[in-house]
Parts: sequence; C-alpha cells; structure tokens
Amino acid sequence: MESQVDELEAARESVGMPQLDFSTFPNQIFWLVVALVAIYLLLSRVALPRIGAVLAERRGAITNDIARAEMLKQQAEEAEAAYQKALTDARAEASRIIDKTKVDMQEQLDIALQKADAEIAARAAESERRLAEIRDSAAAAVEEVARDTAREVVSALGAKADGRSINAAVTAQLKGGAA
Amino acid sequence: MDQFIVTPLFGDDAVHWYTPTNVTLWMALTVFAVAGLLIYTTRGRAIVPSRGQSMAELSYGFIYKMVEDVAGRDAVRFFPYIMTLFMFILFANLLGLIPWAFTTTSHIAVTAVMALAVFLTVTLLGFILHGAGFLRLFWISSAPLPLRPVLALIEVISYFVRPVSHSIRLAGAMMAGHAVAKVFAGFAGALGVGAVIPIVAVTALYGLELLVAVIQAYVFTILTCVYLKDALHPHH
Repeated sequence: MESQVDELEAARESVGMPQLDFSTFPNQIFWLVVALVAIYLLLSRVALPRIGAVLAERRGAITNDIARAEMLKQQAEEAEAAYQKALTDARAEASRIIDKTKVDMQEQLDIALQKADAEIAARAAESERRLAEIRDSAAAAVEEVARDTAREVVSALGAKADGRSINAAVTAQLKGGAA
Repeated sequence: MDQFIVTPLFGDDAVHWYTPTNVTLWMALTVFAVAGLLIYTTRGRAIVPSRGQSMAELSYGFIYKMVEDVAGRDAVRFFPYIMTLFMFILFANLLGLIPWAFTTTSHIAVTAVMALAVFLTVTLLGFILHGAGFLRLFWISSAPLPLRPVLALIEVISYFVRPVSHSIRLAGAMMAGHAVAKVFAGFAGALGVGAVIPIVAVTALYGLELLVAVIQAYVFTILTCVYLKDALHPHH
C-alpha cells in the first residue's frame, strides 16, 4: 500500500508540472465543454433574456415616468394659470363693487345734503319771517307809544290838539327819523 | 504543485475522459456560481433591483457594452458566447482562490480549448463573411508597397500566435499566483514565530490575486472582442 502511494507520487513527480500531464487533458476538456455548454444554455435561455427584459422594462418605465411627470407639470401649470385668472377676476370684481358702492354712497350723500340744505333754507326763511313780524310789531308798538306820549305831552303843556294832527305829526317824525 | 493535480473524486483509479474529478467538481461549482449570480438574484425581475440583481445587471451591461464598443454593433449577436466565456473564467478564477480549491483555469488544457475555440470561430467567421477578402487583414494597404510582404509575414505569424498567448496568459497568471501563495504559506510553516511576515505577505498577495482573477477574465474577454472585430471588419 505504502509502496503503491510512493509509486503514484513518483509518477506524478516524474511528470513535473501537473499542467503538462497530458493524460488528464481529455478529462479536463470534456468537463470544460460540459460546463461551458451548461453556462451557455443557462445564459442564453434564462439569464440574458431575463436581464435584458428587466433593463428594457426599466428603461420603458423611466421614459413613461418622465412623460407622466411632464404631463403632471403641465397640468399644474395650467391649474396655476387658472388660479391666477380667477384671482385677477376676483380682484377686478371686488374693485368694481367698491367703485359702485362709492358711487351709490356719494349719490345718497348728495341727496341727504340737498334735503338738509332745503330744510335749513326753509327754517332760515321761517325765522326771518318771524323776525320781520317781531320787528314790525315792535315798530307798531313804538309808534303807539310815541303817539300816546306825544298826546300826553301836548295835553300836559296845555295845548289842545286833536288826535288826528298829533298822529300825523308823530308819523312824520318817525318817518323822518327812519330816513 | 499538489494543488494543480487532477485527481478522481471517487477511488484512486486512472483519470479517463469521463471520470468525475476535482475538475468536474469545481467546474460544476462555477456553473452554480454563474447561475447564482445571473439567475437566482434576478428571479424577482424587479424594476428597482436588489443588490444581487444590481450586480447581475452590472455584469450584463459591462460585457454588453464591451462587445458593442470593441467589436461593433453587429457583434452583439455573439454576446451570449462572450458572456459565457467571461462568467466562466471570472468564477473559475475567483472560486480557485478559496483555500484548498482547485483552479480549473490554471490548466493550459482548459484555457487552450477556450482560446482555440475563439481562434477557430473568429477565423471561420472571417472567411465566411468576407471570403478571400479576409486575407486583406494581413495586407496592410496603408504601408509602403515594398514593406507590405514583410508586414504580411509578421501579421500572419502574430495571428497564429494569438491563441497561444491568449491561453498561456490566463493559465500562467493563475498558476503563478497560486504557486507563489503556496511558497509563502510554506515559509509560514517553517518560520515558527516569524511566520507573521509570510502571513502578511500571503494576505497582501491574496488581495493582488483577487485583482488578477478579475483582470484576467476581463483581458481574456476583451481580447476575444478584439479578435471578433477583426473577423467582422478586417479592413483596418
């Protein structure tokens, strides 16, 4: 047994490099071909089509996603434009309402002012009329008093005078005073 | 060099062409790893990918773009073949870095078959697409006329050296890295307390080997694309 192993070792030694042991070449080449064919079949039937499909699918998905993102972006822009338009419209509407309200208020104010002016004018006229009345009655009273006083004065002086001439004289005096 | 020996998985018989060996085991694991990355992680077919699916998509996009950029748009129909080569080499290299693993790509038998497959495919494709016109690949019309036969000879030689360099580059890089790691590890065993130095060295080397594993897969694939471009567009 020992000698057999030694012999085997010796045989191997004598060959030198195992790479140049031609007796193992058919074995290596056979199994190499088997392995390569197996790998080739696995790759060409299963692995490569699968990976190729995954890569193509991913490329497609990315392209789709980019297209969809583009579309969504456009939609968002449209929505923003619509929003801006609505905002502008609302502002215009608001300023229109404000203007209209201002005009209305101005009109109402004018009417109220006119009314107030008219009332003030009426009241002033009334007051004036009453003042005139008071002044007239006062003047009349003055004439009366003057006449009475004159008559008393004339009678006290002992002169006889008829009422008519005294009245005329007083009236003339008053008119002259007024003038 | 023990790590490179092809041994049967069951018993200790001779290695026939059909014998399940450590080559079988590690190639099967490579197939599972590829399926794990490209099929298991993508089972969700998610629009927003998981981490695993992201890696699968990145490797898909990486190789797809490489084929498109280097070999041209019409080379895209060869994408599954190139992807097969890349994924196999990448995972064979990476799995080979697991301690006690067997690195299938460190064997010239494996890399040579792949390089020859690329070489034959590209050459046949060139003649099928362009007929004798494919030979213009060797006739540099932009060079001065007296120089052209010399250049043609050099071009032909370099064309036939392609599969050799293509395969030895990968196998050599893998084998050298693993052998060096083994040597450093051997020092660690012999030095006792001083083993810290080789352990640090092995750790650093391991990081480098990770880089090499990925870069070699990349180099093999991009050269395949370059050769494919020659077949599709032989006019410089």
